Amino acid sequence: MIWQALGLGLGYNATLVTLGAAGLGFAAGVTGAFLVLRGRALLGDAIGHATLPGLAAAFLVMVALGLDGRALPGLMLGAAASAALGAWAVDRLARLTRLPEDAAIGAVLSAFFGAGVVLLTVVQALPTGRAAGLESMLLGATAGMLRNEALTIAAGAGVVTLAALALGRSMLWSAFDPAFARAAGLPVAGIDRAVTALAVAVTVIGLKIVGLVLIVALLIIPAAAARFWADRGGWLVAVAGAIGAAAGYVGAAISSTAPALPTGPIVVLVATAGFAVSMLAAPRRGMLARALRRGAEPAPRAAP
Amino acid sequence: MTAAGEFLGFTLVPMLIGTLAAVACAVPGVFLLLRREALLGDAISHAVLPGIVVAFLLTGRIATIPMLLGAAGAAVVAVLLIQFLIRAGRVEPGAAMGIVFTAMFAAGVLLLERSDTSGVHLDVEHALMGSLESLVWLEARGWSSLADPAALSGLPAELGRMALAAAAVALLAALAWRALVIATFDAGFAAVLGLPVAAIGLGLTLAAALAAVAAFDAVGSILVIAMFVCPPAAARLMTERLGPMLGWTLGFAVLAAVLGFVLAGYAPLWLGFPAALSAAGMIAVVSGAILGLAALVGPARRRAAA
Amino acid sequence: MGEPGRDTIPAALALREISAGYGDAPAIEAVDAAFPEGTMTAIVGPNGAGKSTLIKTVVGALAPTAGRIEVFGRPLAGARHRLAYVPQRASVDWDFPIRVIDVVLMGLWRELGLFGRVAARHRARAADFLALVGMEEFADRQIGQLSGGQQQRVFLARALAQGADLYLLDEPFAGVDAATEAAIVAVLHRLRAEGRTLVAVHHDLATVAEYFDRVLILNRRPVAEGSVAVAFTNAALAQAYGGRLPGLSAAAATAAE
Repeated sequence: MIWQALGLGLGYNATLVTLGAAGLGFAAGVTGAFLVLRGRALLGDAIGHATLPGLAAAFLVMVALGLDGRALPGLMLGAAASAALGAWAVDRLARLTRLPEDAAIGAVLSAFFGAGVVLLTVVQALPTGRAAGLESMLLGATAGMLRNEALTIAAGAGVVTLAALALGRSMLWSAFDPAFARAAGLPVAGIDRAVTALAVAVTVIGLKIVGLVLIVALLIIPAAAARFWADRGGWLVAVAGAIGAAAGYVGAAISSTAPALPTGPIVVLVATAGFAVSMLAAPRRGMLARALRRGAEPAPRAAP
Repeated sequence: MTAAGEFLGFTLVPMLIGTLAAVACAVPGVFLLLRREALLGDAISHAVLPGIVVAFLLTGRIATIPMLLGAAGAAVVAVLLIQFLIRAGRVEPGAAMGIVFTAMFAAGVLLLERSDTSGVHLDVEHALMGSLESLVWLEARGWSSLADPAALSGLPAELGRMALAAAAVALLAALAWRALVIATFDAGFAAVLGLPVAAIGLGLTLAAALAAVAAFDAVGSILVIAMFVCPPAAARLMTERLGPMLGWTLGFAVLAAVLGFVLAGYAPLWLGFPAALSAAGMIAVVSGAILGLAALVGPARRRAAA
Repeated sequence: MGEPGRDTIPAALALREISAGYGDAPAIEAVDAAFPEGTMTAIVGPNGAGKSTLIKTVVGALAPTAGRIEVFGRPLAGARHRLAYVPQRASVDWDFPIRVIDVVLMGLWRELGLFGRVAARHRARAADFLALVGMEEFADRQIGQLSGGQQQRVFLARALAQGADLYLLDEPFAGVDAATEAAIVAVLHRLRAEGRTLVAVHHDLATVAEYFDRVLILNRRPVAEGSVAVAFTNAALAQAYGGRLPGLSAAAATAAE
């Protein structure tokens, strides 16, 4: 059955999810590569958790306006707004105070998520608030994905990928040596903001498939795995995208073979397996290769 | 039940539990912040899930001790895996943390889904937000219940557990203070003095992990993460000295716990809203707001001008 | 190499055939040297000669791949408390909430132990050590607020507070102005007058003869070792620096002969 799944033979919904996950994985891998190169790997965690208050607020607003509270575009808009606000808060905290970036990330992550949780309890108390739609954004829920939703996701992933490719070289230069890039006239701050915007977009797109808690995994793991295969920036970004796409595709395919296999966690675990293989077996930079090289060297000469 | 009994049983006890959890996490959080390991709470919160689920699967029921052991075991595994990735795999520390905790959390969710049987199931939401509001002391009739052994036996177990955890953390901090300060500020100097720098770091990590694990059941992971980061970070912006920084941290942690709890319980009433809000969530929000204020007006908020 | 009678003068520090390095190739090889008590020795050599590596090996920050280190006749592990190390630039978190006076108090660690209370007398002594390096006014500043040279003086004060018998300094005069340099030299000579032993990696050949009484010329391997009068020669410097001697140091070497 797994081969059917990998061959996209398990039906309409499964195919939608699998292709959507592959697209998401590619966009996340590429964006994550830029983040990791710039040493901002865990920013994706803050962004992911910061979507929750926006989701809940969007639901409440739409319900108050008499609309369907679970309409995906509205929810995505709300999620993007609060995620962008969270990213902005991380930036302000890290730049204007003496706090290191990891503290800023942790603070925004927990405070925004806490606000989201509070709003979630408001939603749950509403008579119309069967917030199953919202809670599914925590870990993703791909059962019964609509064609519109899949197309939205695919389109978003496509846009993100194009933007990343267009800005790629600027991003690599400013990641490697920001001081030099700034002196050479590159708008380093603007480029950082662009990468952050891409991360927000990837997060929002990924809500339905892998959920906000796990999206950071797709931003980090493929890029970290790609490190073992490539030492040139351009290649690293490409390999990260490929690993992300593969993880999305294979993970989604596996999860469609049985009911109790949630897509998000399985995609993440497949990506992790890819990372483990890369860390151990990559030529030159993998652990096995390094151990073999060390063992093959002559022992240090004894002092005469 | 008298008004005093209601206050004691429905407000004071859960608020106390929340406050103890806040303090138990904020104290190690001070050193985690200084060592640039502020996201350890985040990592541990996610990584413990598979441990809890495994304990549940092995024992077949939701019981505290096995789940605490499972969580502790998972936390230790996570810490060791992260160290392995950093040292042997040469992975950057932030990425290493992210990889390990997301993979473990994903594994936990998967196990959870596969084990959803016989109507007893663990709730991911509960793991995230805890159930502080429900940790009440029903047997409280009034202040006299404090001296009544029969009534005292109905105290929620989380109270004793958190008191123990907070006391253990305070004791460890007092004993290891100077060694921690030297090893954190200048690891090279500490090594030349003969201090076991790596062991000190690992000890701090494990102590933080155990505080987090003890607190999870009561307050959920979101509060744990908030308490590891927000009060110490806010305190850092208030003073240039370590001793006062600890004082501010404790003050902010207690303030966030009390104010957050009160707001979660009473703000809806004041606003005419039917249900209470999540106490853990509100405490996290308040601690973030305190940090936000400190970032705007704290006397020590600016980077040192070299 | 060395002088007659070297082995009969008690050596504060003795290196026997030390090799050490990072990764594949050793940075220093077969370094054999003795540093007698009450002397002040300069370690000089071109870039990449392994001078910092040697110091780090002596203080135990780097494990030697071969050879032995003896501090006052005992292995390093048993004699740690008798040495103090001032690195070229302390690798600390400059943002740490710690004041200058607290940094110096760390030097009193051996007296305070893990649990001892910091009393007024400890603070007074720390202030005295700060005064020795001219930094007493900065006692209450956060360490990150100082300039690089000021920070170096604070870490020197911390080393003084340790009350060690053997001081190892890595480029103590790098990046400090002339006035600070004179102040630091005065402090070091005072230590020597008290009978303590000093070993410093030094970058300025022109001042070797003026500041130090002994020298170890190093370029991965020892090139010359002994009193400045005997060992600090044109020939030895030429051998170590490969004939690329700056003119000034040639003059200084001549002056020492």
